[in-house]
Amino acid sequence: MVRNLPVGTRLRILNLYPRQMNIYGDFGNLLVLRQRAGWRGISTEVTHFETDASLKQLRNTDIILGGGGQDSGQAAVQKDMQRIARPLRNLVSAGCPALLVCGSYQLFGNYFKTFEGDVVEGIGIFNLHTLGGPERMIGNTVVNSPDFGELIGYENHSGKTYLGAGLEPLGRVITGSGNNGLDGSEGVRLNNALGTYLHGPLLPKNPQVADFLLASALSRKLDRTIELPPLDNALTLQARAVAKSRPRYRLKLLSTLPFSKNPSHRSYHSRAVSSVAWLALWGTGLLGFLGLLGKLSDV
Amino acid sequence: MAHSFSIILGRLVQGLASLRGGGSALPGLVVEKVEPSFAASILNKLPAGVVLVSGTNGKTTTTKAISELLTGLGLKVFTNNTGSNFMRGVISALLRQVSLSGSLDADIAVLELDEAHAVSFSEIIRPRYTLLLNVMRDQLDRFGEIDYTARLLTAVARNTSTVVIINREDSRLAAIAQEANLDATVRWFGVANNLQSLLPNDDALYNGLELPSDTSHDDALLHAAPRDDDVLGSSPRVGHQAHNGAQTLDKAGQGQGKDNARALNIANNLNNTSHTVILSALTGSHASFELEGRHYSTKLALEGIYNVVNAAAALATVHAIVPQAPVDELVVALGRVRSAFGRGEVLEVQGRPLKLILVKNPGGFRLALKAHPAAGVLTMIAINDDYADGRDMSWLYDVGFQSLQAEGVAVVSGVRAFDMALRLCYDDVECATVLPNLSEALDELLAQKDNKPAHIYCTYTAMLRLRRLLAAKTDVPQVR
Repeated sequence: MVRNLPVGTRLRILNLYPRQMNIYGDFGNLLVLRQRAGWRGISTEVTHFETDASLKQLRNTDIILGGGGQDSGQAAVQKDMQRIARPLRNLVSAGCPALLVCGSYQLFGNYFKTFEGDVVEGIGIFNLHTLGGPERMIGNTVVNSPDFGELIGYENHSGKTYLGAGLEPLGRVITGSGNNGLDGSEGVRLNNALGTYLHGPLLPKNPQVADFLLASALSRKLDRTIELPPLDNALTLQARAVAKSRPRYRLKLLSTLPFSKNPSHRSYHSRAVSSVAWLALWGTGLLGFLGLLGKLSDV
Repeated sequence: MAHSFSIILGRLVQGLASLRGGGSALPGLVVEKVEPSFAASILNKLPAGVVLVSGTNGKTTTTKAISELLTGLGLKVFTNNTGSNFMRGVISALLRQVSLSGSLDADIAVLELDEAHAVSFSEIIRPRYTLLLNVMRDQLDRFGEIDYTARLLTAVARNTSTVVIINREDSRLAAIAQEANLDATVRWFGVANNLQSLLPNDDALYNGLELPSDTSHDDALLHAAPRDDDVLGSSPRVGHQAHNGAQTLDKAGQGQGKDNARALNIANNLNNTSHTVILSALTGSHASFELEGRHYSTKLALEGIYNVVNAAAALATVHAIVPQAPVDELVVALGRVRSAFGRGEVLEVQGRPLKLILVKNPGGFRLALKAHPAAGVLTMIAINDDYADGRDMSWLYDVGFQSLQAEGVAVVSGVRAFDMALRLCYDDVECATVLPNLSEALDELLAQKDNKPAHIYCTYTAMLRLRRLLAAKTDVPQVR
C-alpha cells in the first residue's frame, strides 16, 4: 500500500483510439498499469477516447496511453488527433506521464512520410519525423535506457524515425533496429512522456516503466514525491531472461545455407549451385549416418 | 521419368527425417529447391483440378472435412493432411503418394496453404476452387498487418479460375467480391444474425477483453466503451455493403464491352445469394445449415462454434465442386467429420483423457477457451516461439484468461512458459507449476492425483513435440 494516500485517489488513464490503434497486444500495457495500481490499493479508471469523442473526456487525465495501428487505422485517427493536439501538448508539458507505442509514437511526431510519398501530419509534440521504408524491421529487441535500465520488447515497423534537435532517445539499441536502424537510438523521452517502437507489449516485461508512469502520475496529482512499494517480480525476471536468449526473428543459420529467401529472383546458375550444395550437404549427412550405423554395429 | 531424381532424393530425405522422428516439411523443401516446378507439373494434370483452402484459422480441419466429403462422393482425393501448409508441405505430401514416374493417382487435390504461400502457389498452380475462411491477427511478425494479409488472399482469389468461396461475415474478405479482376464466381458461407455474437471478427477482438474484476477499479467508463455488439452493429454488414456496391456499379456499368461485362460480373458476385450456406441454428452439438431455402440438421462430432462455421465452409465448397451431390447426404457425412490432429484431439493416458488444443493466434485461443469449458478440468498451457509459432509474444495479451480463474492452471510449459505465466498472473489466474521443458511438464500433469481430464492448449511446435512425447505413453495416431 502507498502510505498516506488520500481516500478516493483515483488515476484516470486516457486510452487513445483503442478501436484503431491497438494492434497486437497493446491492451497489455493498459492491463499492467491497472493491475499494478490495483495491487497497491490505487484505483484507476479508463477513458477509451475514440474519434469524434467529446473533448471533455480529456479532463483530469493522469496517464496517456497510445498503441500501434495498421496504416489504415493511423490514417483514420490522424485527422481527429489534430483536434486534441493542444490539450495533449499541455498535458505533456505539465509532466503528465505518457506511453506512446509505434503508430501513436509516430503520430506524436511532426509528420510521417509514407514510402509512396504521402505526408501524414502528426501533432508535433515530439520534435521528430518518420519516413516509411520498403522493409519492416521485425524482431526481439533489447534496449539500454539510462532511465529504465535494460528494456526488452518486440519491434515490428517499417517507418524510420529521426529525432530532431534537443530530443533524447529512450535508450540505445543493444539488439534490434530501434528508431531507424542507423543511429542506434530507440524511442524518445520528453518530460514524462515516452515514445517507443517496443511492443511485446512493453509493460509486462518492463514493470519499472509501468511503475514510473504510475508514480509520476501520483506525484503530479498529489503534488509530492510518491514512491511505490515493490511487487514480487520473480516471474518477470524469468520471462525477461528467456526473451533475451531468443533469436531476434528467424535463425541466422537458415539464411546462410544454400537456399535464399526468394527463389524466383535467383538465376539458373545460382539454382544449380544451390542444388549441388544441397546434395553435398545431404550426401555428407547420409555418409555420416551410414558411418555411424557401421560403428554401432561393430560394438 | 522426368521427376525420378527429385522423387528418389526426396524419399531419401524423408527416410532420414523420419529416423530422427519428425520433419514433415524438410523433404519437400529439398525437392522444392532442386526442382521448383515439381508440384506444378504433377498437380496441373489432375482431372478435377485443385481446391485451395486459406485463411487464418481452421484451415487444417476444414481441408480434412472437404477431403472426407469428396472421398465419400467417390472421388480420389490428394491432400496435405499434416498441417504443413507451405509449398514444401504440399511437396512432402506428394512425395509420399506419387509413383516413381511422377504420376499421382488422384482426381482432385484439396490443399491448405498459409496465406503468403497461397499467393505464390496460386501463381504456379491455378486453383479451380478457393475457399477463404477468415482473416484475423496472426503472425504479425511475418505479415505485418491484417490488411496486408487480406490483400494476399485477394491475390489468391484473382488467381482462381472457377469459384471462390468466401466468409460473408468477414468484412475484409467480403470486399474481395468487389474486385474487378476476378475470373471466378463468388459464393458465400455465413452465420445467421442471431448467432453473430458467438463469432468474433477481428475488429471485435480488442474490446471483447474484460479486465479482471477488482473492486478498486471503476469500470463505469470502461463499460461506456463500445461493446462487441456495437462494433458489429456499426460496421456495415456485408449484405448492405453488397447492395450499395451493386447499385453504384449498375450506374457505372453503362460503359461498353469488357468493362461492362466486368461490372456485371461484380454485380453478380455481390448479389448472388444462391448457393450460400448459412449456419442457421446451433444447440449444443446439433447444427442446422440453410442452403437454397432448405434446412439440414445434424449432430456434429466437431466441437466449438468456429469448427461449426468451418463445417458450413466445407459444405459450401463441396456443393460448389459437385453441385449434383445430394445435400442431405453431405450433411450426414459432415456430422461424422472429426477435427484434425491436435485440434481438440483426445488421447487417453493412464486412464486420463487429454485434449490437445492447438492455439496459434488470439482469435483462435479465445474461441478455444470458449469451446472447451475449464470447470472440472486440469489445464496446461504450452507456448513455444519457434518460427512456425511466431516469435512475438504480444498476442497473448489479446486473449483474456478470466475463464481459467476458478480452476487455475496446473502446468505452464514451453519455451515461453514464463511469458505465459506472467500473462496469467496479470489476469489473476493462479498457475501451480511453471516447467519450460515439455517432457517434465507432461509428467507433472500426469502425476496430478485426481483423474480429472486435462486440456492442453499448445502452440504448433509444442503440439508436435507433445504428440511425440505422448506416443511413448499411449496410442497416438500417426499423421503422415
